[in-house]
Amino acid sequence: MITVEDVVNESVVSLRGVRAELGSRPVLRGVDLTVRRGEVVALLGANGSGKSTAVRGIIGQVSPSAGEIEVFGVPRRRFRDWHRVGYVPQRTTAAGGVPATVTEIVASGRLSRARFGILRKADHAAVRRALELVGMADRAKDSVNALSGGQHQRVLIARALASEPELLIMDEPMAGVDLASQEVLAETLRGQVAQGASVLLVLHELGPLEPLIDRAVVLRDGCVLHDGPPPRAVGQHALPGHDHVHPHAAHDAEPIRTGLLS
Amino acid sequence: MDILDYAFMQRALLAAVLVGVIAPAVGIYLVQRRQALMGDGIGHVAMTGVGLGFLLSTSPVWMATAVSVLGAVLMELIRWYGKTRGDIALAMLFYGGMAGGVMFINLAPGGSNANLTSYLFGSLSTVSESDVTAISLLAAFVMAVTLGLRRQLFAVSQDEEFARVTGLPVRTLNLLTAVTAAVTVTVAMRVVGLLLVSALMVVPVAAAQQLTRSFAATFAVAVAIGVSVTIGGTVTSFYQDVPPGSTIVLLTIGAFIALTALASPLARRRARALAAAQAAGDPAECVIPATRGPEDTVGV
Repeated sequence: MITVEDVVNESVVSLRGVRAELGSRPVLRGVDLTVRRGEVVALLGANGSGKSTAVRGIIGQVSPSAGEIEVFGVPRRRFRDWHRVGYVPQRTTAAGGVPATVTEIVASGRLSRARFGILRKADHAAVRRALELVGMADRAKDSVNALSGGQHQRVLIARALASEPELLIMDEPMAGVDLASQEVLAETLRGQVAQGASVLLVLHELGPLEPLIDRAVVLRDGCVLHDGPPPRAVGQHALPGHDHVHPHAAHDAEPIRTGLLS
Repeated sequence: MDILDYAFMQRALLAAVLVGVIAPAVGIYLVQRRQALMGDGIGHVAMTGVGLGFLLSTSPVWMATAVSVLGAVLMELIRWYGKTRGDIALAMLFYGGMAGGVMFINLAPGGSNANLTSYLFGSLSTVSESDVTAISLLAAFVMAVTLGLRRQLFAVSQDEEFARVTGLPVRTLNLLTAVTAAVTVTVAMRVVGLLLVSALMVVPVAAAQQLTRSFAATFAVAVAIGVSVTIGGTVTSFYQDVPPGSTIVLLTIGAFIALTALASPLARRRARALAAAQAAGDPAECVIPATRGPEDTVGV
């Protein structure tokens, strides 16, 4: 029998003992990670800690060498209901080699719901709604080449929302985004969470999304260093509008706010 | 029009129009994936097919189709698995294909590099009845793929990683693009030749981009340019006695230059229209507010 507790604790993403290598270099060394229904989980860590690789394992772009990955309780290899997942890859631009309008880009996010790639009236309406959610409806017919960095990111998020997903996976959605767009994105995300969406966010730092986050998982050198409440910001980092920008070397495995985590 | 009185010109024009449609239709996806030179690579590989056709005394067109499809699939697999030094592997495939063509054609009884010339630079006036049939069938296949699967191909060519998460069969679509490009190369071989085929796939798309903002419009304008230059080049070559292949390619480049020149005043006018539209709401000039607002906060 399915109890209320089962539904509440149902995991939408689950990684168990996942290992992965890029070339011969181990990037994930036994990662456990769970996102439960309705939860907002931040995956934190320095550059090279393996957080992007973990996410790319979930979407099937990277094959793990060991361990299990389940999406909505189904082993990733057998998972087919991709319309339940909205993915925002780590990008600085939505543009390709040929001009495309904002609508054309966002419509490709609806393909997971469209049979044989034919978009019906309801699909076009969903694309419009997604554009409204990120405040880009007035730019629908513009070429993405004419957009700012923050607007590119909003287009990529609208594309992920077009399939009306239950789970959002975002890889560094705030990278290179101006403050105004950051607020729009935080607001969009708040709306999605209020409607019951689960979210897995890869972040360099918590930033304006901090109040939304239920749990933080910190990776370091491909291992989980912390899994629990998000670390609270102190000092300089706690100032509103603080943007954590300083150069990281690829081998710089220092997780952010170490003082609070160790 | 006396040009249509000749059966060979009717066939030539039909072949030219079909190539004018399908070359940009495939090329737009290659340009979108930033693989603009893939057509050129396939053209090199197809030379081995032409050489083999002569050596085995079979049809060079069908042999070239088979070999270039094989080569395109191989290129796609190298791109897939060869995470490192993929460009070196591709270079070997290209030059191996070219060297193989020259080798096979010289091994063929009575064969010499002269036989290759008509395939390298096109030979529109010698298109036969059976060539027209083959070109029409292959062109129908290419149109079915590039139009019928336009949304899927757009998504995969735009962002492969994202397309995977929409559940699209990314690998199959990539292979299909490669096969379609290979078929287009061999269809266009008779019209503009293997060495010039890539121009007809890439330049009309580049020219169309100067005017357009959407993918759909770019597709339509690129095909329109493709058809115009292939017809224009074929007709010019009939009256002026110049080689059709190079005439078509030079016309295409001419169209690109003309549209680029045309585009900058057009862009200026669009910018002015945008400024006028914003004037209703926002001031077009910079206005410095007296006090700092929250939007002025800059991260340190």
